[in-house]
Amino acid sequence: MALSLTRRGFISASGLTAALAAVSSTAACAGSRQSSGRGSGALTYWASNQGASVDDDKATLTPLLEEFTAETGIEVEMEVIGWNDLQTRIQTAVTSGDAPDVVNIGNTWAVSLQATGAFLEFDEAALEAVGGADKFVETALATCGAPGTTPTSLPLYGLAYGLYYNRQMFTDAGLEAPTTWEEMVDAAKRLTDPGKGVYGMAIAAGSYTENAHYAFINAAQEGEELFDSDGNPTFTGDGVVNGILRYLDLMQTDAVVNTSNAQYDNGADSVADFANGKAAMIINQNNADTTIVANGMTHDQFGVVPYPAPAGAPDDTASHVAGINIALFANTGNRDGALQLVKFLTEAEQQATLGEQFKTLPVLKGEEPTFTEDAQEAAIFMEVYENRAKPLPLVPAEDQFESSVGQAMNDMFASVATGTVLTADDVRQALQSAQDTVSAAIG
Amino acid sequence: MTANASTARRPRRPTKRRVRQGWWFPYLIILPAIVFELLIHIIPMLTGIWMSFKQLTKFFIANWSAAPDAGLDNYRRVLDMSGSVGMGFRNSLLITCAFTIIVVGLSWALGMLAAVVLQRPFRGRAVVRTLFLVPYALPMYAGIIAWKFMFQKDNGAINHILQSLGILDEGAFWLIGNNAFFALVIVAIWRWWPFAFLMLMAGLQSIPEDVYEAAALDGARPLRQWWSITLPMLRPVNLVLLLNMFLWTFNDFNTPYVLYGTANPPAGDLISFHIYNASFLTWNFGAGSAMSTLLLLMLLALSGMYIVYLNRRSENA
Repeated sequence: MALSLTRRGFISASGLTAALAAVSSTAACAGSRQSSGRGSGALTYWASNQGASVDDDKATLTPLLEEFTAETGIEVEMEVIGWNDLQTRIQTAVTSGDAPDVVNIGNTWAVSLQATGAFLEFDEAALEAVGGADKFVETALATCGAPGTTPTSLPLYGLAYGLYYNRQMFTDAGLEAPTTWEEMVDAAKRLTDPGKGVYGMAIAAGSYTENAHYAFINAAQEGEELFDSDGNPTFTGDGVVNGILRYLDLMQTDAVVNTSNAQYDNGADSVADFANGKAAMIINQNNADTTIVANGMTHDQFGVVPYPAPAGAPDDTASHVAGINIALFANTGNRDGALQLVKFLTEAEQQATLGEQFKTLPVLKGEEPTFTEDAQEAAIFMEVYENRAKPLPLVPAEDQFESSVGQAMNDMFASVATGTVLTADDVRQALQSAQDTVSAAIG
Repeated sequence: MTANASTARRPRRPTKRRVRQGWWFPYLIILPAIVFELLIHIIPMLTGIWMSFKQLTKFFIANWSAAPDAGLDNYRRVLDMSGSVGMGFRNSLLITCAFTIIVVGLSWALGMLAAVVLQRPFRGRAVVRTLFLVPYALPMYAGIIAWKFMFQKDNGAINHILQSLGILDEGAFWLIGNNAFFALVIVAIWRWWPFAFLMLMAGLQSIPEDVYEAAALDGARPLRQWWSITLPMLRPVNLVLLLNMFLWTFNDFNTPYVLYGTANPPAGDLISFHIYNASFLTWNFGAGSAMSTLLLLMLLALSGMYIVYLNRRSENA
């Protein structure tokens, strides 16, 4: 009896402990804390990963930050954070209050992060301290906060989408670079040869962020908005559905994209296919230049044109205003020092160096792009960035649009790849579900 | 200990004064454990339950105390099976139940088979035992990421082998679509069966050899010996093993997280991963906490029923 009681007690205890441990860790993960190195007197700076690797970024940024220290006497503790972790790290910092002084954010998150109230507002005094708002390109500045509010971030790097094409493959097939969606699909069909493993296009069909960007751009080309004026999601409008279906059809009906692309969960896979001659075209942001060349293609082997809209489309949007912003946590213990760092990183000289190293577009008025020596490519990306790019919805729920609609598109591409035929109604149903999720989170 | 020793020396007349002198000592010994249990499990768990009654969205995560009360709204939304949030939660629960039953069942069966086979001494037995434990000893991330590569459609080892053997004409998708469920099951079994093997192997050591010899003399064949001797005598081990494996598998987060990253397919939407996505991707920590609390209640109820059922059986036995 004594043995039976002991055994019983042990089983109960081990079972309950395991259950509690498992669930409490899930329930409480929002409360975990991050160490930021605060307290050593130095500014802490979380930089996003822009180059080919975290180490490359450190190599670029370290000398610049040393220069900053020499000028101002302010030490900077920098950490370069990969894109897969950055958003979660920022969330944890916001939640716990244990945050760095200065942080890079994806500019599409700016309004969502602004809504948390955890970031410093760039009021007139703060803007004055970093050199004034006037120095920034207006398109870039528009992404720094909700319209009509005081911005909580400032532009650091500019990026835009373009359609990259393989010059040799186009010449061999007697094709011109496409200017409309129809020409792009037609060229892609003619260049697709599944027997040889060559496809007209490669896309990151398993990446929810990439998919969400094309949902926005394609919907914009159809003249449709994703949120109404009250900030509520309108994902099920005809323009959104048609725009997304048009993009899915690249794999489904046009068959110019290898079904394997449904597994590509970041842009690097499609860039590799392009550089290795397995795909004739890719749609990527201008910093893809680095990865394409790193994969063995020389710069003269590819050309770039704006991502085309269908002929006669109500809107010729070719990109969202992509890029990176820089923000300060409101609870920084060294506000002046942090503002000085922002000023330093957004000065023309540093911007030229950073633009050249990270292949980004200038966010300062009147500055020439340094990301490429190809004047034609530079002109095309600048034209897209300044005149044919729209900011992603400037609403607090923008990040939820990216995750829910992007994930829905991941699932739809997976269905297409595994043989399901999707209709406009199927797309609308998936978007309705995404819309419900976003509505629930807005409350 | 002091009190027990003194009682043993003078069993008839234990003085109350002496017993009282050491009363605090056992409490002192378990105090650190209680403090850490509170810090590590109970306080976060209570915080999680509190969060489930709050509208804890991005507007309030910088200042939790300002989050408005949500009452039972988060629970209503999660349990509303006509809404997409409730449907997602239900689907995830069903997938997780199927996943747990298959993984625990097959891991246990494989572990038992291997433990019994390796019970008889033979040359190289130690090497084989060590090899069997490799998946359990490997760093989890490294093991799962290797499977991720092997499951790739165009250049993964799995499709290559299946095509070479003529089982598949063309490569199948393993990480997207419905096959994603089987990929998850295979990786989880690969990770868990060595643990079952290890526990059962240790349990087998405690069964005296002469019981088997007596059974053999009575004409019992190996299967009968396993059914009538091994299984009943391993019962204490199995009780703990199955309960723990059930809870660990049910709450498995690492396998889907490493295998799918941010591109999780609906067929592989295990409940822990689902809750993580509900909390972190949509910044809706109130709803995520409500799901966690419901899961906690469910697991406590299931574990409780399991324990009560087994204890009744052992009392009746």
